[in-house]
Amino acid sequence: MTEEMIIAGFGGQGVLSMGKILAYSGVMQDFEVSWMPAYGPEMRGGTANVTVVISDKTISSPISHMYDTAIILNQQSMDKFESMVRPGGILIYDTNGIVKHPTRKDIKIYTIDATEEAAKRGNTRLFNTMILGGYLKVRPIVTLENVFKGLKKSLPERAWKTLPANEEAVRIGMELIKEIQ
Amino acid sequence: MKKEIRLMKGNEAIAEAAVRAGCDGYFGYPITPQTEVIETLMELRPWETTGMVVVQSESETASINMVYGAASCGRKAMTTSSSPGISLMGEGLSYIAGAELPCLVVNVQRGGPGLGTIQPSQADYFQATKAGGHGDFNMLVLAPNSVQEMYDFVGLGFELAFKYLNPVMILTDGVIGQMMEKVVVSEPIPRLTDEEVREKYGDWALTGKKNRKRNVVTSLELDPLRQEKVNHKLQAKYQKMREEEVRYETFRCEDADYVMVAYGASARMSAKVVEMAREDGYKVGLLRPITLFPFPTEQLRAMRDRVKGFLSVEMSAGQMKEDIQLAVGSDAVVEHYGRYGGVVHTPGEIYEGLKEKLISKFE
Repeated sequence: MTEEMIIAGFGGQGVLSMGKILAYSGVMQDFEVSWMPAYGPEMRGGTANVTVVISDKTISSPISHMYDTAIILNQQSMDKFESMVRPGGILIYDTNGIVKHPTRKDIKIYTIDATEEAAKRGNTRLFNTMILGGYLKVRPIVTLENVFKGLKKSLPERAWKTLPANEEAVRIGMELIKEIQ
Repeated sequence: MKKEIRLMKGNEAIAEAAVRAGCDGYFGYPITPQTEVIETLMELRPWETTGMVVVQSESETASINMVYGAASCGRKAMTTSSSPGISLMGEGLSYIAGAELPCLVVNVQRGGPGLGTIQPSQADYFQATKAGGHGDFNMLVLAPNSVQEMYDFVGLGFELAFKYLNPVMILTDGVIGQMMEKVVVSEPIPRLTDEEVREKYGDWALTGKKNRKRNVVTSLELDPLRQEKVNHKLQAKYQKMREEEVRYETFRCEDADYVMVAYGASARMSAKVVEMAREDGYKVGLLRPITLFPFPTEQLRAMRDRVKGFLSVEMSAGQMKEDIQLAVGSDAVVEHYGRYGGVVHTPGEIYEGLKEKLISKFE
C-alpha cells in the first residue's frame, strides 16, 4: 500500500497540521511516511499545500506529480491540482468558496461541508480535523485509534485539552462526507 | 533495547543530532530554509544539559569565525546556513582549512544567484566541492538524501572533520531540510574533554600551554617555500580522502543501459524514476554519490563501457555533470536534466527529461 496525497488550501486552514496528524498516524501504524510542505512566503490567507506519502514500503520520492488523493480547500488549489489526481483516484473538497466544481469523470469525487459545520458549532478551528475524518471514512488507511494517537503526538502538551473536541470532529467529518461520483 | 523513532524535519534532525553527537558549540544566523536548526537548538536548551553552547551571532561572517575560534580550542564546533550565508563564510572556511582545524558546516541550499529565492536548489555544488573559499583547499562534502541521513551525517561529519582536521560540509537542500520523515535517534555521546581530544586526535589545540610546548593555530606563513610545504601536506590529505572516503550507493545499475546520477533530494525523485522506467521496460539505474568530494569517479568510470549514457539530475544548470563527464571521459554520453532557480522538479518531469535527452537517442 502506498498513498500519495496532496492537501491544499489557504494558509491558516490547518492544511500543514492536518498533514502532520496523518503522518504521525502513519508512524503509529508502523508505516513509512513523508511530509513535504510547499514552504515559502505563504502565510495566513495565502496558499498552502503539503504532500504526504504513507506506505508499507520505503518511500522513494517525497514529491509527486500525480496523487492518489487530493484534498482541496480553495479554488486556486482546485485549478492547480484537479488534473493531478491519478485516474481512479480520489478528490475531496469543501464546497465553500468553490465556484468552478471539478469536471473529471475518471476519478471519485466527494464533498464535505466542514467550513459550514465548524462555523455552526462555533469552533472554526475544528475544520481541519473534520476534513481529516471525512478522508479517513473513504480511505481508512490508518485505524482511528492510531489517528487519535497521532493527533496527540502532533500537538504540544498545552493543546491536549483540545483533544476530545478534535476527536469528536474527526467522527463528525466521517458523517459529513458525501459521495458525488 | 527498543529503538527510539521520531518524526522530524531535516533541519530539526540536524539540531537533535548535534546535541547527541557531543557538539560543543553551535554558532548560526537565521536564514530560510534552515532556520529550524537554531530554533530547535534554542528549544532543546543543551547548555542546561550537555553544556553545549548555542549562539545566535550577528552575521554569518561572525558565525564562521566563532566556529574558527572554538575549533582552535579543540572543540566540536558547527554552523548551519543557506546559500547566501555560506558565501559570506568563504573567507573563514579557507582560514579553517589552512589552519587545519575540524568543523562542521551545513548548507541547506536555496535558489540563487544573489539573494535569489527561499525555495530548494542544488546550485552550490561548485562552491561546496571546488571553491568554498580562496586557495587550494577542499572540504569533505556529504550529501544526505533523507532526514535519517541528515541526522546520521552530523556525527559522521564530526568524526571525519577530526580525523582529517579539515572542514566537513553537509550539502543539502530545502526539500530535505523542510520535509518530515521517521528518524531513529542514537544514544547521546558525551562531549570530549581536552585530554580525550589530545589522545584521540593529537596535540594541536589551544588549551592553555601549561606543562607543554606552545601550540600555534594559524593559516599565515609568509615564507613561500614553507607555505608550499603546507600546501603539499593539505594535498596529501585530500588524496587520502579520495582513496579512503568515497561513499556512494547504486540502485538497479547491474544491467542498466542508462544511469542517472543524482544526490540529495534529486536522488529521491530519481529513485522513483527508476521504478517508473523499469515498469515501461527501460533498463535504468541510479548512482547516488553520498560524498561529493571525494566524488565516486572510479565507480562511474567502471560503468562507462557497459552503459549507453549517463544523466546528471540536479536542481542546477548542470554543475555535477562536469565531474561525471571527467570521470567517464569526453567521448561518453553525459546529459543533464534539472529545474533550477528554486523550482523543484517532479519525478514525472525527470522521466520526460530522461526519455528526451537520453533514451530517445538510442531507442
